[in-house]
Amino acid sequence: MKVTIDGIEIDVPKGTTILQAARMIGPQVAPPAMCYYSKLKTSGGYCRTCIVKVTQGSTANPTPMPKPVASCRTEVMDGMVVQNYTSPEIIEARKGIVEFLLVNHPLDCPVCDQAGECKLQDLGYENGSANTRYEFKRREYEVIDIGDKIKLHMNRCILCYRCVKTAEQITNGRVHGVLHRGDASEISTYIEQAISNDFSGNVIDVCPVGALTDKTFRFKQRVWFTKPVEAHRHCTKCSGKARVWLKGEEVLRVTARKDQWDEVEEFICNDCRFENKRTSDWVIEGPTQVSRQSVISQNHYNHLNELKVEAMKHQKALGFMPLDKKP
Amino acid sequence: MGRKLLIHNDKVPGINTLEVYRAHGGYSSVEKALKTMTPDQVTDEVKKSGLRGRGGAGFPTGLKWSFLAKPEGVARYLVCNADESEPGTFKDRYLMEKIPHALIEGMITSSYALGAKRSYIYIRGEYFYVARIIEQAIAEAYAAGWLGENILGSGFSHDCCVQVGGGAYICGEETALLESLEGKRGNPRIKPPFPAVAGLYGCPTVVNNVETIAAVCPIINMGGEEYAKIGIGKSTGTKLISASGHINKPGVYEIELGLPVEEFIFSEEYCGGIRNGKKLKAVVAGGSSVPILPTELILKTAKGEPRLMTYESLGDGGFITGTMLGSGGFIVMDEDTSIVKNLFTFTRFYHHESCGQCSPCREGTGWMEKVLKKFLDGTAEESDVDLLWDIQSKIEGKTICPLGEAAAWPVAAAIRHFKHEFLEIAKKKKFDDVSHYNRLNKIHA
Amino acid sequence: MGAQVHGTQEFNKSKRAGIKFSDDAMQTVQKIISNYPEGKQKSALLPVLHIAQAEFGGWLSAETMDYVAAVLNIKPIEVFEVASFYTMYNLKPVGKCVLEVCQTSSCWLNGAEDILKYIEKKLGIKVGETTKDGMFTLKTAECLGSCGTAPMLQCGASYHENLTYEKVDKILNDYKAEGKQKNYTDLDYKNTL
Repeated sequence: MKVTIDGIEIDVPKGTTILQAARMIGPQVAPPAMCYYSKLKTSGGYCRTCIVKVTQGSTANPTPMPKPVASCRTEVMDGMVVQNYTSPEIIEARKGIVEFLLVNHPLDCPVCDQAGECKLQDLGYENGSANTRYEFKRREYEVIDIGDKIKLHMNRCILCYRCVKTAEQITNGRVHGVLHRGDASEISTYIEQAISNDFSGNVIDVCPVGALTDKTFRFKQRVWFTKPVEAHRHCTKCSGKARVWLKGEEVLRVTARKDQWDEVEEFICNDCRFENKRTSDWVIEGPTQVSRQSVISQNHYNHLNELKVEAMKHQKALGFMPLDKKP
Repeated sequence: MGRKLLIHNDKVPGINTLEVYRAHGGYSSVEKALKTMTPDQVTDEVKKSGLRGRGGAGFPTGLKWSFLAKPEGVARYLVCNADESEPGTFKDRYLMEKIPHALIEGMITSSYALGAKRSYIYIRGEYFYVARIIEQAIAEAYAAGWLGENILGSGFSHDCCVQVGGGAYICGEETALLESLEGKRGNPRIKPPFPAVAGLYGCPTVVNNVETIAAVCPIINMGGEEYAKIGIGKSTGTKLISASGHINKPGVYEIELGLPVEEFIFSEEYCGGIRNGKKLKAVVAGGSSVPILPTELILKTAKGEPRLMTYESLGDGGFITGTMLGSGGFIVMDEDTSIVKNLFTFTRFYHHESCGQCSPCREGTGWMEKVLKKFLDGTAEESDVDLLWDIQSKIEGKTICPLGEAAAWPVAAAIRHFKHEFLEIAKKKKFDDVSHYNRLNKIHA
Repeated sequence: MGAQVHGTQEFNKSKRAGIKFSDDAMQTVQKIISNYPEGKQKSALLPVLHIAQAEFGGWLSAETMDYVAAVLNIKPIEVFEVASFYTMYNLKPVGKCVLEVCQTSSCWLNGAEDILKYIEKKLGIKVGETTKDGMFTLKTAECLGSCGTAPMLQCGASYHENLTYEKVDKILNDYKAEGKQKNYTDLDYKNTL
């Protein structure tokens, strides 16, 4: 099936979504995605950041689609023509989506462990506007523990449903879910039940924001001061292939390896994630390839200045004044 | 006097019972369909009738039926949408409460056409007592052999039952309704697939409104072509209108489509004019989500033609000068009404009813309500009108389901036609709720 | 306003031991389950929650929801997610009579705000509160489909329509005299049409 996205044509198999096709072409046309996760069935469609304009439905039926569509949940038709970054309408609409995602977000990046690897920061920086027009009190929830290893900051949650789908599809018994409705919706567990499954830690990796964080890493270090390496160990529960975040010789945290789209390559077990925090537990394969754009590539102390500039850009994008005006 | 096909017997004592209903010609469409017609012939009559979905969207019913996938060995379902929750709409409640068998009869005839062995009537939880009335009617129908195995010896068997909801407007959206019917949160599904292919339990399903299903009975009885003679153009047949607000005679009226709006509001046969000798200010013609129109545009189109109660005439001029027939929830406002405050009640409603799945609706509806509250508090700036406009434009068309539009349209229309009211409050920094003073005494004086 | 209390802690407060449907209720539950195809018993969740609410004191405690999950053979979180989504399920204890005053457009146009204020004054409570004697809980509701007979309030299965202050007085007095818990599932519907 032929599909044209932002003027670039590509042949894709039947059943491919617009977003997948765009990713095949490359990051220059791939829409941002906050809730879609290729490894999780029925994910996507909620955040609406990946919306695109279909200017021609197919060769057989060239009628344009009347409304923007979620590219992650819309399958390609033969001869479909799609506009993403080439459509001013989509760019404006996406700016609106970013604003909606941020109206009830606390913008507490300075104290958030996810800062530096937060998809919402990236999204805000790349697609948002510099100011917020929201002048009302934001939603507030108490921070709670979901078991002894995972912290839930509901304030930061954008309700992407990824963690719910992970629990449903990767673990063998979901005990948390989305409660209440509308803007009172919240992720929570059922009656104080800890998420205590062997694979529960994966909810941390799929969370695009700082809502679900690793308690064993909490406040230990800014991610950009740590050095990620690819490593493996013998594990009977999972493949044992992980990403180990080091500072000097110390293992600060362990996560799954992520691909170019920031998606977990292989889900890892809690043993690997939480219980193996010595360098000797791991066979280190080599440094992780990190994009030059990423703040994490600044993992050397002598790049502090560059790092500050980057961090300030993020802050500015999120609509609050940088703490330090001088770079 | 217009023809009535649905609630013509509503005042007959005991019409809620099968005996009286049958004595007045009830269940004849089932007899006719099962004994003399094939399922496809029933569908054809519905197609010929030009019947359009009465729940609000106005999609041709026969066409919807023809989309139903019919794979071998897979169950098909008919689901009746009785989750009537659109503010200003109460016609389905009236129909079900007064003539419950009209719905059951329609369910059987329609299920026969669709080849559905089982059907569900999903009724909003708040209408619990109506659900009881329907359950009672179903029990009567089973006892008399209208439901169950081998109905009228035709070989067609059918089971029908009622499901009550739990209180959620969003379950009126057909895929949210199906989720709810499956015992889940009322989150609309992402389409495609459409219910016609994968609906209830993943099986092909048709979801129709109460009034739509009830209308199938007269269509089969009189023939699709005869039915299509009523009305104008593509607006065929009769429609139940729920009339409320500042009128002398609020209630449910069955009208022939094509009735002039002016006649509907002012004639004694229908609304009986504006209460307390006040002047008409504005009308929301088809339930809270459709654009509000000021007097001059609801009575006449922008071209100066009389506005008629049809899908086309009410839609004339698009959203710039027109509106929609929608669900037929006809809310009339007198000259004292604050459009801003009325809009606030609508926006509060949509905020309350947003399921929270997708971000524009989840965050945008609450934001709009908060901005509108500023107007009521007298703290709004003139720029807040532009902000409201911008927020609604960023919700519209960006959401999973039509609740986004339903929340955005009333805001857009209120600003489009009554911007001066917003600006006046912003300038004065004060909101005088003249529409609210001692209204109860006025009503019951 | 403080931070919202998380669901988990909220529900923890509600302890109730050894609950079980009455035989009558259980029969109804089984009848409802039989309305759905084999293996689709989760479909019965909404109606069964209504029955549970009526059976166990007008609200759904954590234990009640656990019990419903067990009856329907589904996960407790599935019940919790659903019960918290819909407005008719009370997740906290309520008074015997929950008065739900509709406040959307047509009701507002016909004086719903005055009715609400009147009830607040009469009962000495605000919206969301319960009277000290545990008799009444006052709530607002969004459109209940009674626009032509506005203003209105719902209490249990009953719609009270075309409200006036006098009618409100009578309703409150009647309920108080009766002193019974009102549920949506009650059959003694008294239409005031």
